[in-house]
Amino acid sequence: MATRQSRSAARLMMAPAVILLLGWMLVPLIMTLLFSFKKYLPLRGGDLGWVGFDNYIRFVSSSAFWPSIYATLVVVGGVLIITVGFGILLAILLNQPMWGQGIVRILVIAPFFVMPTVSALVWKNMFMDPVNGLLAHLWKFFGATPIEWLSQASLQSIVMIVSWQWLPFATLILLTAIQSLDSEQLEAAEMDGAPPLKRFGYITLPHLGRAITVVVLIQTIFLLSVFAEIFVTTGGAFGTRTLTYLIYQRVLESQNVGLGSAGGVYAIILANIVAIFLMRAVGKNLDA
Amino acid sequence: MGHIRLNQVSKSFGDVQVIPPLDLTIEDGEFTVFVGPSGCGKSTLLRLIAGLEDITSGHIDIDGADATNVPPAKRGLAMVFQSYALYPHMSVRKNIAFPMKMAGLPEAEQTRRIDNAASALNLTDYLDRRPGQLSGGQRQRVAIGRAIVREPAAFLFDEPLSNLDAALRVGMRLEISELHKRLKTTMVYVTHDQVEAMTMADRIVVLRAGMIEQVGSPLELYHTPRNAFVAGFIGSPKMNLIEGPEAQKHGAAIIGIRPEHTDVSKTEGLWKGVVGVAEHLGSDTFIHVHDTGLADTFTVRITGDIQVRHGDTIHLSPQMDKLHRFDARGLRID
Repeated sequence: MATRQSRSAARLMMAPAVILLLGWMLVPLIMTLLFSFKKYLPLRGGDLGWVGFDNYIRFVSSSAFWPSIYATLVVVGGVLIITVGFGILLAILLNQPMWGQGIVRILVIAPFFVMPTVSALVWKNMFMDPVNGLLAHLWKFFGATPIEWLSQASLQSIVMIVSWQWLPFATLILLTAIQSLDSEQLEAAEMDGAPPLKRFGYITLPHLGRAITVVVLIQTIFLLSVFAEIFVTTGGAFGTRTLTYLIYQRVLESQNVGLGSAGGVYAIILANIVAIFLMRAVGKNLDA
Repeated sequence: MGHIRLNQVSKSFGDVQVIPPLDLTIEDGEFTVFVGPSGCGKSTLLRLIAGLEDITSGHIDIDGADATNVPPAKRGLAMVFQSYALYPHMSVRKNIAFPMKMAGLPEAEQTRRIDNAASALNLTDYLDRRPGQLSGGQRQRVAIGRAIVREPAAFLFDEPLSNLDAALRVGMRLEISELHKRLKTTMVYVTHDQVEAMTMADRIVVLRAGMIEQVGSPLELYHTPRNAFVAGFIGSPKMNLIEGPEAQKHGAAIIGIRPEHTDVSKTEGLWKGVVGVAEHLGSDTFIHVHDTGLADTFTVRITGDIQVRHGDTIHLSPQMDKLHRFDARGLRID
């Protein structure tokens, strides 16, 4: 049915959705670009005219810029290492035949359904509270002084909370990948004299390679924009100000829309670099 | 090297006994084929020998030593899987080298064995390719190469040709047979195809529902099947098995006559029937005859060609000295 008529009909049918999506994306993008070249202070005089690349230079030369990059890298890197590492372990465990497999799998996925704000608040108040938190009780039970998680180990706490949220995603994708591994390959390796750890290293891990790439890239895109978890826990204090959070502060707290927009454009470029790699990896996956 | 003895080996999955206790000895250097209909337990039996499944009771001896609880890698057996089970992310060379790498063989020895195997299996030009870039037959040869380099006490083949097309299957059948003649290593081969069994085996083990129905050389099985099941399973086209009054005339519950041991005439004969389908192969003709009053279809095979058409009446006479007789339990009467 790929006649000329059917193709133009298809285009006509798709047009509303495509136009809506394009508008949704292009309007904010163009406005961000526009603002980034302006000095725009809503509460201190409003639009003060074009300033060229001033905002871009000011954004990167600010003393908060490099710490925010560092914080972003720690959050993204830390969460990736934890989710991929534990994700592989959990996927292998969940792949073993056991009693109550269905329920266990649902339980494992559960954290993904909890809203970021809610899960961060639960962690903050129920686990990490230095007086009433479960972790504080645990520390006291062993006679240790409870850690003030969100101030003493602020970045680690954020990593922990976000990892808890994203572990189900990694586990799920890796589990499906493990399930597609031909069991005869593992048996062949067993006959060839490979002990369990080598079977994992030589057969299972290479088989998971592509799934791991996909997990890493998709998560990176979402982790770059982690916001709610920081907002409700530390509010950007104690070195937890990531690039996303810095942009938020520039726009809303310092009311400097131009400067924030310049930061936004940097973030767009960063996210798109990751997206290109992602599309290549996923595209290869589809070819094979 | 390569003497395998099963002593009262049985296997159950939960409450289901798939292999009742059985005894079997596979002699050194022998090409043994396990054959039977699907689900008869032949692959399970092979996996028990390989050690990929734990046996429920009994003992397995390999070269006189008890191997019942020895892990698969230490049994000195190499296996070729139905799906070939090549490692997709490794080149052919690395695939073949894998078992030697695991055994920690020196680099030079690995290279020597890979080159030997590659030249024996015509893989020299493909050593740096990935399995995904090879044809089915080439993948099969890589799988065999990976087994050869281990210099095992015995090779285990699990339906290795079932994923190949008909022409390649005939070719690979010959290659495996020639390999066996050259290496003189014990080989155990599982198949559901009785033609493969007949052409390749020194000894055939016919299995049904986990039980050994008969063990013997291909021609023993052909000429003196121990029961009606073996008689019907071995031989192509299948033997005609006839029950009822015609069998009682010969003092048996079932009589069997092979298609090739029946004479055909258009004018006279012992039995009469109507031609259903005649398959003309040139060298042979298979005629499926209906309405004989003996069995649903009676198949005859004649050398050369005969002019018969659908619906023609035809007369059949079995060669009485080639008649097989079986009692009510299906056992052979001599």
